[in-house]
Amino acid sequence: MTQALRETLAEPSIYLPTTATIADIRAVGKREKVFTIELPRGVSLGNQPGQFVEVSILGVGEAPISISSSPSRSNGSFELCVRKAGDLTGVMHTLKVGDTLGIRGPFGRGFPIERFRGKDMLFAPGGLGLAPLRSLINQVLDERGNFGRVIIAYGARDPGELLFKDELERWAQRSDVELHLTVDRGDESWTGPVGVITTLFPKIEVHARNTVAVTVGPPVMYRFVLMELLGKGISEGSIWLSLERRMKCGVGKCGHCQINHLYTCQSGPSFSYAEIKHLGEAL
Amino acid sequence: MSFKVIPKTVLPDWIDQMRLSQRVVGPRPLHGQHVFGDVHTAAEIDLDYPTTVIPPKKYLFPQQEDLLTFRLDGSAPRVVQDAEPTVVLGLHTCDLHALHLLDRVFAQTYIDQPYMARREKTTLVSIECLRPCMSHSFCKSMGTLSVTDGFDLHLTDLGDDYGVDVGTDKGAALLQGLSGVRDATDDDQHRVNRVMTEKWPRFPLRLEFDVTELPSLMSVSYDSKLWDELGDRCLACAMCTNVCPTCYCFNVADEVDLTLSAGKRYRVWDSCQLDKFATVADGHNFRAKRAARQRHRFLRKGKYQTDAFGLLGCVGCGRCAQACLVDITPVDTWNELYRRRHRPASGESKEVAA
Repeated sequence: MTQALRETLAEPSIYLPTTATIADIRAVGKREKVFTIELPRGVSLGNQPGQFVEVSILGVGEAPISISSSPSRSNGSFELCVRKAGDLTGVMHTLKVGDTLGIRGPFGRGFPIERFRGKDMLFAPGGLGLAPLRSLINQVLDERGNFGRVIIAYGARDPGELLFKDELERWAQRSDVELHLTVDRGDESWTGPVGVITTLFPKIEVHARNTVAVTVGPPVMYRFVLMELLGKGISEGSIWLSLERRMKCGVGKCGHCQINHLYTCQSGPSFSYAEIKHLGEAL
Repeated sequence: MSFKVIPKTVLPDWIDQMRLSQRVVGPRPLHGQHVFGDVHTAAEIDLDYPTTVIPPKKYLFPQQEDLLTFRLDGSAPRVVQDAEPTVVLGLHTCDLHALHLLDRVFAQTYIDQPYMARREKTTLVSIECLRPCMSHSFCKSMGTLSVTDGFDLHLTDLGDDYGVDVGTDKGAALLQGLSGVRDATDDDQHRVNRVMTEKWPRFPLRLEFDVTELPSLMSVSYDSKLWDELGDRCLACAMCTNVCPTCYCFNVADEVDLTLSAGKRYRVWDSCQLDKFATVADGHNFRAKRAARQRHRFLRKGKYQTDAFGLLGCVGCGRCAQACLVDITPVDTWNELYRRRHRPASGESKEVAA
């Protein structure tokens, strides 16, 4: 149990958010901003890659947001990459540095990075899926020696929707990262491949038995990406995903995030394909 | 713990005594039905009642409940703690069984302080049902027709007296100082035994199979066509979940008051039967079809809760069946699934007929 979680439990209610401060805001896409958040008294969030927090703005509401920064770079703060999509995220986008918001968490099960060490890593984010996956990618890059190949196959709707362009640039320049980008629709500036994310996979050779694939993207993407990954011979237990659901309470009570009998906010949002393939409501 | 007897004539004194230190709620007649409400005098309560529209879980998990209050000046929100000592008088055993499940739900992994605060301040006085309350109830099939623990006091109607099973110190305290209470004799115990023996045959078994088969029946029925048939009939009105004693799904929302400087965050009962229940921010609905929502509801009741908490998610109270405008009932649903599984010939002909 992390320090932040212990403090949460010591509070008089699991529904009471901790007041946190926005230390930095930067745009990383057309509709996406990254918020750097500091908890009071320099407390570290203590998250694992793949976990999420409940963000609240009093008078507006609360919503689950995946944590975009890796624990290896926590440094007393954490990052949330937020697309302006609903009521809460709309108001979030109007906030300024120094403003406060409420945080509960971290919640859920992250990616079991301890089981990934020694493996080749194939990351396949689609669209906003890079936001949660970035936390795992950066953790892996910060302990690069513990992993084999690092392959990133990232697809977005159009060049303007590619997130974290500065980081993509840095990954592209690293000799120990194999970065493949594609967009569904190009524009005049785009010189890379055009096509959905699955068009990247034929170009990527993997040693299936030593590869862990992690894919995060919109619901519609999974079925097709899974076919590609399974087609490469990667085992069902070595393919990991993060499933989006309406994790309203974050603590396994409110019922909105259930996938059959599982509460996504408790058993997930990170799952191996082997864990969920038999669940009718998962994919 | 111990077994006592109180004459029914002391009920007015007993209620007066309880009300000195706490709120008393119980079944009250209203417009030809019964509802749990505040009891001020014994004349208001009807302990020999059929069933209530809404189950008494509302005293532990209210339909709407404030979680936080806040000011919009940057100050930290405050947790609402408004639980008050309450005696719930006259719960039927089905509703008590339902609270056993909710106790586990709200205490598992993360402790839900709003529920637990009310739970700790609540004294549960249940009462043995001696006759079926309505045609829709099927408590005997679900194993909830009686109760052995989980109450503070448990009453059995012995004619002029109530037999009182004292389950906890909290229950014993409720009888403290009440004149007319006496220890039960062997003869009293025989009276209770006779009442219990006589009551049992009055209740029908309405499931066509043993309830311990229910979770596995639900597993193998996941792809049944029956879900589509129910989905075609279901109005998605959520009456079934609103009256259910074991449903606990909720939504959380904020409300700013008229001064626009302060407000509250509250939770309110929600329902997996409503269209947008599983919809996420980008508009994707993970359970868009009524058939999928009906299946989810029945799987929760018949299997998921058993997997997660070791108790069935249905206590056979029959309220959902009574409330449903298109006659979707657990008994009919489960029996039909069983028939289709175990008597495929008749099941097939039914599906053709439908």
